[in-house]
Amino acid sequence: MKYDAYIYDLSTPGRTGVDLPEPDVPETPIPAEFVRDELPLPELSLPQVTRHYLRLSQKNYAVDKGFYPLGSCTMKYNPKVNEWSSRLPGFAALHPLQDPLLTPGAMGLMYDLQNMIAEIAGFDAVSLQPAAGAHGEFAGVLIMRAAQLARGETQRHKILVPDSAHGTNPASTAMAGFTAVQIPSDADGNVDIDALKAKLDDEVIGIMITNPNTLGLFESNIVEVCELVHEAGGLVYGDGANLNAIMGIVRPGDLGIDVMHFNLHKTFSTPHGGGGPGSGPVGVVAELAPFLPGPIVDLNDAEDAYIWKQPEQSIGRVKSFHGNFGVMVKAYTYIRMLGAAGLREVSETAVLNANYMQARILKSGNYPIPYGHRFCMHETVAQGKIPGAEDVHTLDVAKRLIDYDYHPPTIYFPLIVHEALMMEPTETEDKETIDEFLDTLDKIAEEARENADLLHQAPVNAPIRRLDEVHAARKPVLIRLP
Amino acid sequence: MRYIPHTEAERQAMMAAIGIQDIDELFAAVPADYRYPQLDLPEPMTEMEVMRELEMMAADNANLREFASFLGAGAYNHFVPAVVDTIISRGEFYTAYTPYQPEISQGTLQAAFEYQSMVAALTGMEVVNASHYDGATAVAEAAVMAVNIQRHKRRTILISPTLHPQYRQVLRTYTQGMDLKIVGDELEGHDFHALIDMCNKDTALVVVQNPDFLGKLHTPQEMQDLADAVHAKGALLAVATDPIALGLLTPPGDYGADIVTADGQVLGNGLNFGGPYLGIFAFRAKHMRKSSGRLVGETVDVDGNKGYVLTLSTREQHIRREKATSNICSNQALNALVAAVYLAAMGKHGLRKAAELSWHKAHYAAQKIDQLPAYGVANDTPFFKEFVVTCPRPVSEINQYLLEEYGIIGGYDLSQDYPELGNAMLLCVTEMNTREEIDDLVTALQEAANPQIRLEVTQ
Repeated sequence: MKYDAYIYDLSTPGRTGVDLPEPDVPETPIPAEFVRDELPLPELSLPQVTRHYLRLSQKNYAVDKGFYPLGSCTMKYNPKVNEWSSRLPGFAALHPLQDPLLTPGAMGLMYDLQNMIAEIAGFDAVSLQPAAGAHGEFAGVLIMRAAQLARGETQRHKILVPDSAHGTNPASTAMAGFTAVQIPSDADGNVDIDALKAKLDDEVIGIMITNPNTLGLFESNIVEVCELVHEAGGLVYGDGANLNAIMGIVRPGDLGIDVMHFNLHKTFSTPHGGGGPGSGPVGVVAELAPFLPGPIVDLNDAEDAYIWKQPEQSIGRVKSFHGNFGVMVKAYTYIRMLGAAGLREVSETAVLNANYMQARILKSGNYPIPYGHRFCMHETVAQGKIPGAEDVHTLDVAKRLIDYDYHPPTIYFPLIVHEALMMEPTETEDKETIDEFLDTLDKIAEEARENADLLHQAPVNAPIRRLDEVHAARKPVLIRLP
Repeated sequence: MRYIPHTEAERQAMMAAIGIQDIDELFAAVPADYRYPQLDLPEPMTEMEVMRELEMMAADNANLREFASFLGAGAYNHFVPAVVDTIISRGEFYTAYTPYQPEISQGTLQAAFEYQSMVAALTGMEVVNASHYDGATAVAEAAVMAVNIQRHKRRTILISPTLHPQYRQVLRTYTQGMDLKIVGDELEGHDFHALIDMCNKDTALVVVQNPDFLGKLHTPQEMQDLADAVHAKGALLAVATDPIALGLLTPPGDYGADIVTADGQVLGNGLNFGGPYLGIFAFRAKHMRKSSGRLVGETVDVDGNKGYVLTLSTREQHIRREKATSNICSNQALNALVAAVYLAAMGKHGLRKAAELSWHKAHYAAQKIDQLPAYGVANDTPFFKEFVVTCPRPVSEINQYLLEEYGIIGGYDLSQDYPELGNAMLLCVTEMNTREEIDDLVTALQEAANPQIRLEVTQ
C-alpha cells in the first residue's frame, strides 16, 4: 500500500476516521435550502491518516534530522521543553476573549515577554501582536507613517532600503503606500554613506536597515547612518531577522534605531513549522510607543491586575486577538532558561561558528567570499564559483549537498552577491558537525572539477529528483479533486 | 541551559583557526561605546525549574478543560482528534523551514497541496493558497487583491456591519496607507442588503460574513442575489465564513463568491489564547496571478515522477520586492497542516456530524433560553451555532454570576461593538457542550436575572 499516495486516492466511500457521539438534545430540523448537496472530502480510517502523514513527514528534511545552515533563517535547535510548555492546558485551552481576570498567568507571560524583548534590544515598548517577521515589519512601517503624520510631515513618502535588504522591506514599504528607494552598499559591505546623504531629504519617511546586514556584516557606520537619517527628519527601522548575532553584544535601540521587529521563530528558538507559525513582535523607542499596534498588555492603575490597553494613537489592530500566543510561550520559556549571560553566549557562539566556517572556507580556496576580509557575524556569504569548475553553479552545489544529507544554505541571496551561498550555522551546532559539513563542501568542489555531472544530476539520494518549476508555473495545478 | 555544545577546548581550537585570541575580537565593528550592555533579565533557570514555573503560570488561568464555555465570536471550542497533535509533533514537520528546497520538502509540500485541495472542496472554490495569518488578515488581503484585480481603478471596499469587528479593524489598519475608502459598516441595522445600494463603479470589493458575526445565516438564494447584484456593478464579492458550518451548509463557492476567507482555527487548531490560527484564502482560478500568499503546485521531476513545488513565486516579495502582491513571507504552515490532518481524519462524515451536533445543541440552548421570561433570543432568522441573547442586566454582571456560581464562561458581551443591542450577549454552542452544561447555563441565566442577586463587577 502506498500510504504516501495522494490523499484522495486513499479514500474509500463510507469510511470514517472519527466518530462523534449522537446528539444528547432533541434535534432541530435543518431547513433543506441551507444544506449542501455534496461534501467532497476524503473518507479514511485513522490508521490510514496516521500512516499517510507519517510517511509524508519522512520526506522532509528538518533541524531535528540534521544540519540546516540556511542563511538568514537561524535554524537553531528547537528545545522540546518549549513544545511542552506551549501545550499546558492552562495556556493551550484559553479562549482569547475570556475576562482578563481569568487569564492573569497568560497575560503576565505576555507582559514579561514584552519587557524582556524591550530590554534585550533597548526599546521602550513592545507589541506582540504581529504574526510573523514581515507582519511586524509592516506594522513598523505603519508606525513610522503614523509618527511622521503626527509630526505634520505629510509630504514624506519615500523609504530608503539598502540593496542588500530582504524582499519584505520594499514589499512592506509598498503596502504602506510608500516608494522604496534603493541605497547601494560600499566596498566593505556597509551602507554607502555618500549615497545615503544624496538621497536624504524632506520626502524621506526613514530608512529600513538590517544589522547585521544580509552579507553577514555588522554595519560599522550604524551610528552615523542613524544620526544622518534623524538629522534629515527621518526614522530608522531595524529589521530584526539577524538579532541572533548581537544579543548581549549591543542593543539596536542604543545605536539609534527607532523601531524594529523580532522573529521569535529565529532568534528565540521557536520552530519554523515548515513555514510558520512565527511571531513578529515590534519594539519602539518612547516617541513611537503611542503608535504601536494593539491591544498590548499593561498593568491597571493599582498595578494589581493585567489589562488590555490600546496605545493612544495606535495604528490599529494588525491581527485578531493577541497574536500567536502559543509561539510566545515557547520564546518566553527559552529566554527564562538562558537569562542575560546565556543570550550573550548564544550570540558569541553563533558568531564564532560562522567565523570558523568562513576561515576554513577561505583557507580551502574552493568558494570565494567577497567580504571575507572582514569578520562576519552570525552568517557568511560565499559564492558557488568553484575555481576550475566554471560550468558548475550555486544551485548544483546546493543540490549535491542534499545527496550528502545536508540542508543547503540559502542560495542566490543576497541579490548583490553573484552565485550567493549564504551560510548560518547557529550556536547549537557542534564543531564536528561543522567540520564534516566543510569537508563535504571541499569534497563537492573536488567533484565539481573532476566530474561535474555528479553535481548537475544531483540530488540522487533524495525522495525525489530536481523538479520542473517552469512546468509548475506555466500551467498551474494547485488543487486536485476526484 | 544554553543548548550550546562547545567544550572549552573546541572553542579554543576554533578561535585558533580563525586567528583570534579572544571572542571579543569578532565584535570589533560594533561601536565600543555601546558594546556589552548589562541586560536586566531574570536569572537563568534549568529545564526542571522552568517547567515548575510555567506550570504555575498556566495554573493561574481558567482553562476550557476545567470550565464549560459558551464563548465564540471568532474563536471556537471544537473537538480536536488526538491524531492531530501526534502528527504535528513530528520533528520532520515542525522543525522544517519553508520548503524552498523541494527535493527534501515533499512532506510539507504534498500536505500543503492536499490542504489546498480539501479546503477548495469545503469552500467550493477553485484555488486555495497555503494560508494567511488568520481570518482577519485574510479579509485584508482579499481587499488588497481585489484592488489589484481592478487595477487600482476602483478604490472602495464595502463591508457589512456584521463582519467580525476585529476583521474590520484589521482591514482598516492594513489599508491606511493605500488611499482606499472602507465604508458600509456604519449603516444602521445588521444587514448587508443596504450595501447593494451603495455599490457603484468605484466599488472594488464587497465583504460580508455568512453565518454573520451575530450568528445569522443567510440563505444560498439570498447570497446568490447579493453576488449577482455586486457583479452587475463590476465589483467582486468576498465571503467570510465558518469552515465547520461548511460541513453541512452550502459553500460560498456555490453562490457566487469570488473570494472566500475564514479563520481555519476551527479545523483542529486549539484555542491557544488567540493564536496561532490560520487564515483560509480561496478564490477563482482567473485571479490566481493577482493573489497573495504561497501556492503549492503539482509538477514532475527529471525522471517524470510526480512532485510538488512552491509555484507562481513571481507574485511574492522575495522575487518581486516592491511590486509583490503582498509582503507575506512566513505564513501559518503548521496550522494549515493541522487543518489538513483534521479534515482527513474527520472526513466527509465526521465534519458533517460536528456541524450537525453544533446546530442541534445551539438550537436546543436557544429554545430553552428563549423560554426564560427575562431573556430573549434576538435571532428571528436561522442561525448556525451562535445567537444573540438579550439580557435583563449588563452582560458583565451575568457572566460573573455564571462563573462564580456555576463555573461557566458565558457569552461574548456585545455592548462595545453593538451598543444599540443593549444588554446583549453572543452565545456559542458547539459539539463540545453537553446537555448538562446547557441546562446549567439556562438555570444560571434564570437565577442571574433575579435583581435580588447583587453583583459587583470588579472591572
